[in-house]
Amino acid sequence: MEEALIEFREVSKHYVMGDTIVKAVDLISFKIMKGEFVAIVGQSGSGKSTCMNIIGCLDVPTDGLYLINGRNVGEMNKNELSEIRNQMIGFIFQQYNLLPKLTVVENVEVPLMYAGASKSDRRRRAIEELSNVGLGEKLKHYPNQLSGGQQQRVSVARALVGNPAILLADEPTGALDSKTGREVLALFQRLHKSGRTIVLITHDNSIAATAERIIRLEDGHVVYDGPTDKEKLVHAEPTEGSAENESA
Amino acid sequence: MSLLESVELSIKNILASKLRALLTMLGIIIGVTAVILIIGLGNGVKIYMADSFKSLGTNTINVMITGRGSSSRKMTVEQMYELVAKNPKYLLRLSPSVRMTGTVKIGNETSSTTTSIGVSEDYFKIKSYTIASGRGLQYSDILDRSYVCVVGSYIAENYFANNALGKTIKIGGAYFEIIGVNSKQADNASSTTDDYIFVPYTTAARLSSTGTITNYVVEIPSVDDSSAAIKIMNDALYEIFANSNYYMVRSMGEILNTFTSMVNIMVMVLSIIAGISLVVGGIGIMNIMLVSVTERTKEIGIRKALGAKERYILTQFVIEAATTSGIGGFIGIALGYILSGIATSFIKSALQTNLPVSPTASSALMAFGISAGIGIVFGYLPAKKAAALNPIDALRNE
Repeated sequence: MEEALIEFREVSKHYVMGDTIVKAVDLISFKIMKGEFVAIVGQSGSGKSTCMNIIGCLDVPTDGLYLINGRNVGEMNKNELSEIRNQMIGFIFQQYNLLPKLTVVENVEVPLMYAGASKSDRRRRAIEELSNVGLGEKLKHYPNQLSGGQQQRVSVARALVGNPAILLADEPTGALDSKTGREVLALFQRLHKSGRTIVLITHDNSIAATAERIIRLEDGHVVYDGPTDKEKLVHAEPTEGSAENESA
Repeated sequence: MSLLESVELSIKNILASKLRALLTMLGIIIGVTAVILIIGLGNGVKIYMADSFKSLGTNTINVMITGRGSSSRKMTVEQMYELVAKNPKYLLRLSPSVRMTGTVKIGNETSSTTTSIGVSEDYFKIKSYTIASGRGLQYSDILDRSYVCVVGSYIAENYFANNALGKTIKIGGAYFEIIGVNSKQADNASSTTDDYIFVPYTTAARLSSTGTITNYVVEIPSVDDSSAAIKIMNDALYEIFANSNYYMVRSMGEILNTFTSMVNIMVMVLSIIAGISLVVGGIGIMNIMLVSVTERTKEIGIRKALGAKERYILTQFVIEAATTSGIGGFIGIALGYILSGIATSFIKSALQTNLPVSPTASSALMAFGISAGIGIVFGYLPAKKAAALNPIDALRNE
């Protein structure tokens, strides 16, 4: 069996809040293989955001082992974490998080800039990636001149441009209407078919259903880890509407 | 990410909020302008002084002997000539200088401004005067104690309509024949050497009440030889008088040097005071950069998530601060030069004085360097703060 791209071995993350210790994530273990499309699902407070931060190397576990491509993230210094984020992870955020003062193409160039690519190389690859998501005509636009769906596609292009091993999407449809949201999810499925590893963080079961595997978290523990269809049968909860997206 | 790109990005950020950037730079602009102007003004004063002193002769030393009354300790003209002859390396030519007190009457007019002095035939060479018409004083005039004189160009123009040769002037009751006219020395009229009458010192001494010669002008090779020449003169005079209160040796070069160093100190003190505004400007930059870091917390978070190392964020903010203050410095330099030009023409028209306010290129370069340096120093703290932001917290920031 090939080595896991992402491996959690009894990962815990504890925060001290005043006098009490909050166990945001408690003894979680799972593996994500190359090419998988996994949704990490849970209500707010379930620990999914903490999980995402750890997977994205924005945070390190308090206890346990997190291996990315076989390398122990817990032993890395800040610079190495930055490099891992730059080279291994493609972030897609709920609020797109594009830089408002940069044009679309400049936004997509940012990860390549930190990777040390030359100016012409950066521009070429950014344009290519934007064309792939159907935004080849909007290169010189500023983010606020685009619709939400277009902005999210820019952020997908930005996530993909450095050719990272993992695409890490945090509520990617949370700020979009359902139609545009479906389009973005269709884009994800297309990317998955082309062999990308995608980790989708969401509280929304209907969105999680797009993935082929679901890891469900509750109170910092994994309560389900398995294929999407079966999970649906086990947890026949009503699907939450987008109205609950407080930050939308 | 290259330095040039960082600077480009900084300029973009600065242009995005022009008014704020301008206000941020204001302290630096004022400071640099002030420093440039002060240094320029100092240079102008130095140039002006050097010009003024040059007309008095910086390549001479002046000796004044007050003497010891009836004592036998005396320095005669012959002794003085011997002294000069013995030290050809530092003392070149000598001329006694006898100020005449008698009233000057030219025709029926009495001139109160005209100065008449008795000098030797070498005086004109010492002062680099050239005779415009007629002849200069000669050794024979000195020997004969002739009643002849050379007049300044102002006298020739004003009283004789440039036809002075052969005419007579009455000084203190004695008549002098005009044998030569000195060339024009200064642009503006009276109270300069153009309003002088030069007679043989022997004649002047005979007409004076005491008959003694107390003042000398000695030519030296250059300003740099002032100290050595003064020392020789002082030593020789001390040997005779055994007391330094009975004579005085001065050189215009020495006085100029003293003035110049005084001006230098003044310029330095004023520059330091103006430099305080640079520090204040730096604090202003630090303040705005701290605000900017807070405002751009989200951006910093995004950049970190996309793989920016702390080093990049730090560099970015430091360069932005340095660029801001560098641009401020540049504007300050430009403003300083413009104001210098205005000041020069203002001084010229208002005071009729040629005092060129001339900032030096090195001072401009220094001002620019200091302002950029201030940006780096005062930008470092906010940049450090930005670089140390936790990416999760920064991303959560709205």
